[in-house]
Amino acid sequence: MSDSLYQRIGGAAAVEAAVDLFYRKVLTDPDVSAFFDSTDMDGQRAKQKSFLTMVFGGPHEYSGKDMRTAHAKLVDDGLNDSHFDKVAGHLQATLEELGVDAGAITEVMTIAGSTRNDVLNR
Amino acid sequence: MASINFAAAQHALVPDETVLECLERNGHEIPFSCRTGVCLSCMMRLRCGTPPRASLDGLRQGQIEQGYFLPCVCRPEETGEDLEIEAPTDAELFGRAVVSELAPLSAAVCRLRLRTSVPLFYHAGQFINLRRGDGLMRAYSLASVPRLDDTLELHIKRLGGGKMSNWIHEELEPGTALDIQGPNGECYYIGGEAARPLLLIGNGTGLAPLYGIARDALAHGHTGQIHLFHGSRTAKGLYYRDELNALAQAHENFHYTACLSGEEAEARAANGAREGRAEAVALAEHDKLAGWGIYLCGYPPMVKTAKKLAFLAGAELANILADPYEMQDLRRLPRD
Repeated sequence: MSDSLYQRIGGAAAVEAAVDLFYRKVLTDPDVSAFFDSTDMDGQRAKQKSFLTMVFGGPHEYSGKDMRTAHAKLVDDGLNDSHFDKVAGHLQATLEELGVDAGAITEVMTIAGSTRNDVLNR
Repeated sequence: MASINFAAAQHALVPDETVLECLERNGHEIPFSCRTGVCLSCMMRLRCGTPPRASLDGLRQGQIEQGYFLPCVCRPEETGEDLEIEAPTDAELFGRAVVSELAPLSAAVCRLRLRTSVPLFYHAGQFINLRRGDGLMRAYSLASVPRLDDTLELHIKRLGGGKMSNWIHEELEPGTALDIQGPNGECYYIGGEAARPLLLIGNGTGLAPLYGIARDALAHGHTGQIHLFHGSRTAKGLYYRDELNALAQAHENFHYTACLSGEEAEARAANGAREGRAEAVALAEHDKLAGWGIYLCGYPPMVKTAKKLAFLAGAELANILADPYEMQDLRRLPRD
């Protein structure tokens, strides 16, 4: 298996296909939508794209520190494990809806899971 | 902390300060209007340095290549890089236009038609900045369509405390020359998807760009359904009803719905308007928007709400084009 996860999953086109689906799921979930609500929907979409690129194993510039800084205010507002789990669930549902194979989904979810402590600023 | 060099002087920025704020703090008078990176009134040019990406959003590629950026949303601390900047000369940005007609469209709205000596290359729905002799400048959207109209058409709503709109309504006369900058903005009809259904939602004079976009689409032979919802709080804000009804008569794929959100039940009954805000009426009627083209023009709270509703109804964000009216004189006043 020489191809990277990002290549197998479909690269930038897969991110583009997933981003609106994923963003719509989190915005319609009353438990987490407040954390994604923004005056700047296009800016939010761009952030979700960078996030998906990272968890798809693609080229990204995120560091753990960026993750912490970006979410610090949300943690102050009450962001916790239950929200993280719900958003992860939406990510998984998005991938399943797009027909991504189970092995690749597991890899993506592992990368996403590895951000938990940074996202929750622990 | 980063600094800027302007007019042979070096100015250090304070935290979170924009280039525009820094220049104002140091006594420079820079023309501005929206202060949110939309209207381009304050556009300046770089001599040296790379500005943060946010100060280039909303500019065309050609403008970026020429070094233009928007000082009102430029915070050099984001990159930490010093910038050397200059004000563009008038001739680079402005052309002349002469008022060819001023006509009332309702008690609150008038139509301003302008003729330029050289034809302006624009799309219906883009906007221009209009500047009078003393430098006062405001942005207005284009209701005209280049291939259909030989003048530029703007709709001016008279606003309490609106310096430019009151002057246009009360004092401006045909034959007067004004400066115009533009066209600007990305909210216009995109060809190549003739069968795509279109949903156009506007309030106030947000109708101007939508009227232009709808006629542009029809002139391009658009075959998909085009639904235009125009909202106002008061009956006098609903203008161009005859024109829009005539357009619907002439084109079976064009549909027009007027919406009144105020207390005027009688006015609603009299002219067949629907009850409610335009975005609410539109989204209640059209709740599956995957693959649709969405155009949102008017007051920012409506644009913001409608954008979210349209997205949640299945529209792709890339297919939602918006022209929020950020008005300098009125930011703290209620809108209708």
